[in-house]
Amino acid sequence: MARSFGRLGPSVATLPRTIARALAVPEHCFMSDDVVVPPLPTTKPIRLIAETGRAVKGAQTAGFAMPSVETLLGLYRQMVLARRFDAQVTALTRQGRLATYPSALGQEACEIAAVASLAPNDWLFPTYRDTIALLTRGVSPVEILSFFRGDWHTGFDPHAHHISPQSTPLATQALHAVGLATAAKLKHDDVVALTFLGDGSTSEGDAHEAFNFASVWQSPTVFVIQNNQYAISVPFSKQSHARTLADRAIGYGMPGYFVDGNDVAAMYAVITAAVERARSGGGPTMIEGLTYRMEAHTNSDDPTRYREKGEVAEWQGRDPVDRLEKYLTAAGALTDDVRGSIAADAEVLAAATRGAMNETPVLDPLELFDHVYSAERPALLEQRAFLAHELAQTEQTLTEMAGRA
Amino acid sequence: MTLIDETAPAVIHSPQAKNEPAAATSISIAGALNAALRDALAEDPNVVVFGEDVGPLGGVFRITDALNAEFGENRVWDSPLAESGIVGTAIGMAMYGLRPVIEMQFDAFAYPAFEQITSHLAKMRNRTKGRVTLPIVIRIPYAGGIGGVEHHSDSSEAYYTHTPGLTVVTPSNPADAYSMLREAIRSDDPVIFLEPKSRYWAKDTVSLPVETPPMNRAVVLREGTDVTLLAYGPTVKTALHAAELGAAEGLSIEVVDLRSLSPFDDETVGASVRKTSRAAIMHEAAQFGGYGAEVAARVTERQFFHLAAPVLRITGFDIPFPSPKLEEHYLPTAERVLAALDTWEW
Repeated sequence: MARSFGRLGPSVATLPRTIARALAVPEHCFMSDDVVVPPLPTTKPIRLIAETGRAVKGAQTAGFAMPSVETLLGLYRQMVLARRFDAQVTALTRQGRLATYPSALGQEACEIAAVASLAPNDWLFPTYRDTIALLTRGVSPVEILSFFRGDWHTGFDPHAHHISPQSTPLATQALHAVGLATAAKLKHDDVVALTFLGDGSTSEGDAHEAFNFASVWQSPTVFVIQNNQYAISVPFSKQSHARTLADRAIGYGMPGYFVDGNDVAAMYAVITAAVERARSGGGPTMIEGLTYRMEAHTNSDDPTRYREKGEVAEWQGRDPVDRLEKYLTAAGALTDDVRGSIAADAEVLAAATRGAMNETPVLDPLELFDHVYSAERPALLEQRAFLAHELAQTEQTLTEMAGRA
Repeated sequence: MTLIDETAPAVIHSPQAKNEPAAATSISIAGALNAALRDALAEDPNVVVFGEDVGPLGGVFRITDALNAEFGENRVWDSPLAESGIVGTAIGMAMYGLRPVIEMQFDAFAYPAFEQITSHLAKMRNRTKGRVTLPIVIRIPYAGGIGGVEHHSDSSEAYYTHTPGLTVVTPSNPADAYSMLREAIRSDDPVIFLEPKSRYWAKDTVSLPVETPPMNRAVVLREGTDVTLLAYGPTVKTALHAAELGAAEGLSIEVVDLRSLSPFDDETVGASVRKTSRAAIMHEAAQFGGYGAEVAARVTERQFFHLAAPVLRITGFDIPFPSPKLEEHYLPTAERVLAALDTWEW
């Protein structure tokens, strides 16, 4: 008996075969006539490309098909660019050009696969660690880094890029994603919202509320949890006693997938299916990508205090870029010429980023008062005038001192 | 259970506003708020109402009575029971062009939403340089006087007025309830709309739709010459009562209904204080760090040389809001106002 997931979900039979296979549920999981509960995710992550770079066959693919070589080559290019950008920004932060930067080194497969799965009108709700996702979606380095280099605002226009400001509070943005997706559904628009979450943030109440609201409202939302195994210093074992985070999906009545987060092919296949499912009225999906934060939490963190070098080395062996490189090389798609051309593009991006960040931004302190409210407030204008006076006095003092000197 | 009724028309196709003026009629604050929501829903297809029990039940105070039946599940609906979720999803909806009007069932039940309100709702416009506005109204029934059990009688206004980016208003009568809620829904900025629950059933003769002074202005409700008594929300009625009692004793009390707590109407309050030379502020909330402290400081800073006496505060005590059987000893009364004014040298 084929049955749709939820009352308004698409019939599994109407979906493309790969997606349908992934979403098919055995009959013994039905709890009632109306609610169909998907099976628990497997504890072995869904994987399409093994660490050796060879294609995975059998149960571990969970029926997901390998993306085309052209698609994977595109993803590879974006991952290489993102990694170079990330390394450049980390270096600039060490030089003091940025106030802080949470690196996503090692998490490129999750980040790039998610962005690549979205249509232009879809919305992305990133966290502070997802800067390379913004880059991949087309936000310029200067706009992206405005905030991290110490400006008071998000440098880019969220409406222009369909990206919400990077959220520092944890899991709060997941609710914004659910709300936006629900609004789009209410307006009969074909828009999906994808939000990133981390393993730590799944402990927050807002994560639970977002999962639940999305499911109750059958909101076209995709939750991509990047389980990078550390919330600053606290390991995953202290966040959750569940087998996997994706296991939680069953309690919300939505499908959950536990995926190798360092396998961009698997992440792309699973997220794309979830986005399509959301777009066709099938409701939300929870996806956990198992990955690893190779860098410190931010530049002010010291990971040697809480994790062993051996563990980091072990994950270096599972590197998402190396793995894809091996696969594409074996497939004959990644010739030295192509590799060289991508590397050159990455250097151009890095140089542009360096150039932009080496220019000291000119900030106007008086602008701090201009966007708090849409309407002017007399009390705020008074405080603005106070600061303007103070700035003028400082300017005058400096001029006088320069004159004396 | 699913939110979307697929057979219903999209939000963009909704009935047109019915704005023909009605005859003056006796209406309560609750009825006026209900009418304001109905008219806003009819006028603007982007207005949506959701929260706990606001659907078929019409809210525990019946403020959303019959709106679900009239506008359908896509405009007025029951959400899961989670305040942070309600505010958080409203933020996402507002980012997509809707104008959510959401209800926190009781004052103290809004606390789970505190992070969404202070870290996102209040800051989104600023942190996006004005590019993302959040036209959201959070309706919060607040304050005591109805014999509510623990957590049902808090006066939480100072938490919100202390947060830059929020507009905080509170009506004290049916005409303001209607007009200020309509204005709050039209506002591009998030508005914390505090509804004095003990006054929900207070009636007035009003002809709807009514437009009262802008919601950011205080209003002199009763003119006087001896003292400016500042009140808002649930304490306005008590202030007017105190003015009547005072008049019998030969004391001319000017009662100012602040209406807007953030922004604060320095102009109207200042003019009144310069006239009377004395000021007192009333509220139900605890005194320490309360809204009255800000008012007393502002009035003192700005009108010091017009003042004949220190600014007084007539407020709740610095204790958790008491049980139903004891709240009468906590709530500021007209007698307590007059006793406080007696402490001044005249």
